[in-house]
Amino acid sequence: MSASPAVSGSLRNRLVLTLIGGAAILALLLFFTVRSYAARVAQQGQDNILGASVTSILDAVALRDGELEVDIPYAAFSMLSTPSDDRVFYAIFQDGELLSGYDDLSATNGRPNGEWVFQSGEVRGETIRQVSASRTLVGLGTRTEVEVALGQTQDALAETLRQISRNAAYLGIGFFTLVAGLSFWATSATIGQLNKLTTSVTRRGPQDLSPFRKPVPREMAPLVSSLNSLMGRLDQSLSQSEDFIAEAAHRVRTPLATVRSYADATLQRVEKEENREALRSMVRAIDESSRAAGQLLDHAMITFRADHLEREEIDLVALVRDLVQRLTPIAEMKDLSLTLVGDPVVIYSGDPILIQNAVRNMVDNALKYAPAESVVEIEVSQGTQAQISVRDQGPGFPPSEIDTLTRRFERGKNAAGTIGSGLGLTIVQDVAKAHGGDLILTNRKGKGACVTLSL
Amino acid sequence: MRYLVALIVTLLASACMAEEWEDQRVFNAAADGPRLRIISSTDTALFAPLIEGFLTQNPDVSVEYLVTGTADLNARVRSAPEAFDVVISSAMDLQLKLANDGFAMPLENMPGSDWAQWHDSLFAFTQEPAAIVINRAAFAGYPVPQTRQELIEALRARPEAFRGKVGTYDIRQSGLGYLFATQDARASETFWRLMEVMGGLDLRLYCCSGDMIDDLTSGSIAVAYNVLGSYATARVEGKEALEVILPSDFQTTMMRTAMVVKNTQYPAVAEAFVRHLIVAGPELAPLPLLTSQQEQETAVITLEPALLTYLDTLKRRKFLTAWEDAVIQK
Ligand SMILES: Nc1ncnc2c1ncn2[C@@H]1O[C@H](COP(=O)(O)OP(=O)(O)OP(=O)(O)O)[C@@H](O)[C@H]1O
Ligand SMILES: [Mg+2]
Repeated sequence: MSASPAVSGSLRNRLVLTLIGGAAILALLLFFTVRSYAARVAQQGQDNILGASVTSILDAVALRDGELEVDIPYAAFSMLSTPSDDRVFYAIFQDGELLSGYDDLSATNGRPNGEWVFQSGEVRGETIRQVSASRTLVGLGTRTEVEVALGQTQDALAETLRQISRNAAYLGIGFFTLVAGLSFWATSATIGQLNKLTTSVTRRGPQDLSPFRKPVPREMAPLVSSLNSLMGRLDQSLSQSEDFIAEAAHRVRTPLATVRSYADATLQRVEKEENREALRSMVRAIDESSRAAGQLLDHAMITFRADHLEREEIDLVALVRDLVQRLTPIAEMKDLSLTLVGDPVVIYSGDPILIQNAVRNMVDNALKYAPAESVVEIEVSQGTQAQISVRDQGPGFPPSEIDTLTRRFERGKNAAGTIGSGLGLTIVQDVAKAHGGDLILTNRKGKGACVTLSL
Repeated sequence: MRYLVALIVTLLASACMAEEWEDQRVFNAAADGPRLRIISSTDTALFAPLIEGFLTQNPDVSVEYLVTGTADLNARVRSAPEAFDVVISSAMDLQLKLANDGFAMPLENMPGSDWAQWHDSLFAFTQEPAAIVINRAAFAGYPVPQTRQELIEALRARPEAFRGKVGTYDIRQSGLGYLFATQDARASETFWRLMEVMGGLDLRLYCCSGDMIDDLTSGSIAVAYNVLGSYATARVEGKEALEVILPSDFQTTMMRTAMVVKNTQYPAVAEAFVRHLIVAGPELAPLPLLTSQQEQETAVITLEPALLTYLDTLKRRKFLTAWEDAVIQK
């Protein structure tokens, strides 16, 4: 019955993918930002030390008797010690000419006044960070420019960067895992609300069209309210049609009874066999119609009561015994005897009118399909469930149809020639379902049908 | 023709150079394996046990051990690095500069403390203080000086007794002497006063610790300043004449360092040899070897780029001028 809807994509996957994708992008962003920032800070650190060192060398430059003296302080190179023992290159230039140090470095002829000029380059196959600064010295009649260039390899910096990268990666991964976990949780929490609604829709009885009252998140309120209004309309149109059927059946039944009594009377008066036959068929058709109208009315009533089931404590045995008494005259007309067996008292909480109606239909069938002068046994028992079984000695259900006989208007092959509408077992089944029970049709080993209503 | 002459001259020169070793010895000459060429400033006698220890573990290796002074060693390695596999010297500053200039091959996962190596290429394996060594006879009846200040006073008190009988390194020739002098000068002004006092006493200048100790033993000098304690101790045993004083005001301690030359033909053997030097137990040499878990002593000269400072041409010129002014008083 429930056609599976066309599915396009998954809300959960879409949510999870969006969130996780976002988290991944953020994590990468975090990683690169932290790393580049830290790298800048680390490079700044190296630059500052290089700068301080070069400044201390420049400070030690002096003109003595026109002769340039550079008394490099021990601390100038000492402060360049790093855990990775980075190599150090330096050069001192006077007016662009190398005075001492490594000729691998070249003068930049950059800005004077001790301002630091940084550059990265390569010396003896190693990448170095280089700082240059220069100073103008004015002596007696001389004016000379001294430039100091200082380079250092970047092993320690690279090591620091490696550590920073590792930590940044841990940070990124941690962040990602956290957000991924959170997004999974958030997604299932969100989808969980939908699932909750789905379960409460699924759990409902087939007749339950009452609106949903449980609180739902605001975003789902429109859905639930549309659902509620849809069900309201459905409920309304259903009860309208039930009302209509009941009304129609009722209206048809009374005139039919009138027609039937006229037909009967006419039958008495008509002599001609031909006409009598026609009248008999007419009576039969009227009987069929009135039975159908009666059963439709009952069915409508049952449907209504089942929707608003009102349970009360009843003794099933007393109820059935009462019914048997009322049906005994009809049974006797067919030379059938009804016997009631089973537990003396079976207390059950249910709707007596529904149960009575069901049992009447069961006994009615036994009377209709069992041969004359046989026994119909009705048993009321209290096992794990309260049970009412009706067993006859008739031909039993046609085995090929036994599964479909409970459907509406479904009649068996053996029913040809008997008056009926095919609603009897449907009514029994609806009553069973309304009470949370079941209807079981079986054929007995020996002979005869067994109909069990378990509640 | 001119080229030919030039070639012959160069060849002759290099041949002569080859002859000019203080000492030259081949260990395990019979071995047909690789021959490790070690250039070192350490006297063969002091170093031989370490080589022999290595050779017992590597019997197919032979070792050519070439000894020269620290300054000459530095010059030779710079001019022909391919001629050697391992460089061992007590002049830490020159060694550090060699490593800094890229002459050394970095070695990975070497044993030893971090402070005892530089840039994974220079490895310290001994720890040897600079000492004052005296001939006891010259101080008979006088207190033995324990600090530089006391030495200054002792020299001033009896200038005639010490005239021409005081010796120290000629720091213009000896790399180690220069290292000790610069470190002393860094530590205290007393150094300069001592130099002046010694200079006033017709100071005798030596190229190496060995010669100084020889002259001390023979009595031709009475006091030697900044001699390698290790050399002195090695000789002092059995020679009552000498006393080694580790000055109590401050000490200058040098570490002997080794490096593998960058373009060595036998990197694995050379590395194994350096490793052997680092892990060798004290029984292997009369030298005060470093032990693996040793803490760095404060007196020890640190292996750091600052060692380049006094090697700067300008700085060195200035320092030597000051030193000459103090020491050579004509
Ligand atoms: N006791 C029985 N023995 C044999 N067949 C039976 C028995 N009860 C029901 N049937 C079969 O099941 C069919 C359906 O029964 P159901 O009571 O629903 O309809 P009905 O009896 O034909 O009509 P009505 O609505 O008037 O009861 C019958 O047509 C008949 O074929
Ligand atoms: Mg029936």
